[in-house]
Amino acid sequence: MSAHHGLSSPGAIAEKGELDVETIRRDFPILSQRVRHKPLVYLDNAATTQKPRAVIDALLRYYETENSNIHRGVHYLSEVATEKYEKARERVRGFLHAESTSEIVFVRGATEGINLVAQTYGRANLSAGDEVLISAMEHHSNIVPWQMICDEKNARLRVAPIGESGELDFGAFEQLLSPRTKLVAITHVSNALGTINPIRQIVQAAHRLHVPVLVDGAQSAPHLPVDVQSLDCDFFTFSGHKVYGPTGIGILYGKAALLDDMPPYQGGGDMISSVTFEKTIYNKLPYKFEAGTPNIAGAIGLGAAIDYVQAIGLQRIAAHEDHLLAHATAALEAIAGIRIIGTAKRKAGVLSFVFGEIHPHDVGTILDQEGIAIRTGHHCAQPVMQRYGIPATARASFGLYNTIAEVDALAAGVGLVREVFA
Amino acid sequence: MSDLRELYQEIILEHSKAPRNFRQPEAANQSAEGYNPLCGDHFTVYLEMDGDCIRDIGFQGSGCAISKASASMMTQSVKGKTKAEAERLFHQFRDLVAGHSHANSDSGEATQLGKLEIFAGVSKFPTRTKCATLAWHTLQAAIERKQKAVSTE
Repeated sequence: MSAHHGLSSPGAIAEKGELDVETIRRDFPILSQRVRHKPLVYLDNAATTQKPRAVIDALLRYYETENSNIHRGVHYLSEVATEKYEKARERVRGFLHAESTSEIVFVRGATEGINLVAQTYGRANLSAGDEVLISAMEHHSNIVPWQMICDEKNARLRVAPIGESGELDFGAFEQLLSPRTKLVAITHVSNALGTINPIRQIVQAAHRLHVPVLVDGAQSAPHLPVDVQSLDCDFFTFSGHKVYGPTGIGILYGKAALLDDMPPYQGGGDMISSVTFEKTIYNKLPYKFEAGTPNIAGAIGLGAAIDYVQAIGLQRIAAHEDHLLAHATAALEAIAGIRIIGTAKRKAGVLSFVFGEIHPHDVGTILDQEGIAIRTGHHCAQPVMQRYGIPATARASFGLYNTIAEVDALAAGVGLVREVFA
Repeated sequence: MSDLRELYQEIILEHSKAPRNFRQPEAANQSAEGYNPLCGDHFTVYLEMDGDCIRDIGFQGSGCAISKASASMMTQSVKGKTKAEAERLFHQFRDLVAGHSHANSDSGEATQLGKLEIFAGVSKFPTRTKCATLAWHTLQAAIERKQKAVSTE
């Protein structure tokens, strides 16, 4: 693979399935701007991704020509909006390779997806002495909802440890599984370390004890092809804005049999089939979990984002990002004083590092002056920071539109950090 | 680069690498903890109070260059001062890093900031003002004997 593919000949058709990044970049209006008098180098994709024109246009089109409430009106616009909303659900089903659209619930994001399961499945199934098993690399959003429901039910939150490289200690994980375990909740890809977890293996181990598994896919959906049936996970959740879609929309996938047995999450309109003051009958799946007017525009925008990434192909995106990650890892490792946090064999999209005694915040400020956007801090994963005995890291995270030249700009920026702190 | 040099002045870098009063004074009789949950900066400020007077001050903890240098220089500035004088300096410092003109803060009087004026560059970096003021908020909590850790958020 050429180190500068797509850069020297803009618009050229890339060879052998490689991404034509320059053409892709033109689809993202925000990327052409300059910040702090420098070309924007956006390497904070694990926080949120930029939006292609197709997504922005879908939102605009919806509000300009299709806006209406769904599942209610008999009028034309309501029909159009309902159809578009449900088509978006079908696109998500295809994206996750789920069996049925009744298993695809629109939520606000991965955080709400996890909270929904904690407050419904968790509340219905956890009793005193039961356990929920998570890992030491979880984002706060896959820790706190479980702490809340465990506190309420006198259940116990157990944490499977990770090794120095940031890989799950699978043996320890298996040992923590027991008849007391009522649910495993684990991230597919760590937002702070980049580690890809062996979900299929985890699911197999849990299912041997009939324990369902929730997968936090916030960081995997943008980077890896996901097949929930092949993974055989019981729940999978992700956020639209991290897969080039709008904010405020996300997905909870759940196996129909589990969703059917779960109590509703919130009460309101659209989640019922009939209401009297004596008795309410809940709507069928997935509407039982979608109380109130949803983020219709967001769902349609997410559908457009999925169309966009599928037209490019997740395999090709993954290959491109792997190439960027490998190049970035080599470039930063060559700089004296850089320590990469998270060195798992299988990683996706994320490069976390610390730089000698220089605080990540200072690294971030200096890179920002060069137009380079990275994230600094604990990445909402304070237990991960504690595991490595550091307060924070600097994190570069990659998306389908990033280039090798941008990775080189990052490395040059880190060189400048050293100059300032020399 | 010029804004950066204004932020990361030699004196600031020097204090961040070799902070002054980076210790717990033996006779400390008041202290408080402060942290910035967004970046993990975390300091404890120790005071040896003699009535209203800060007889000795020290700090410990970890943070970025700006927060550490600010803590270090703060300890130098308020040692020997009264509570009221320290409070006044804090207000002037807060205005300085927020980019508010000094005239607004103290009815047009000149400030007593002295060396602390070099933190003026922080005002061009709004995301970093909390780094500069963390130690000061912690000092205030120590003076007021606050039990609960102060947070920038």
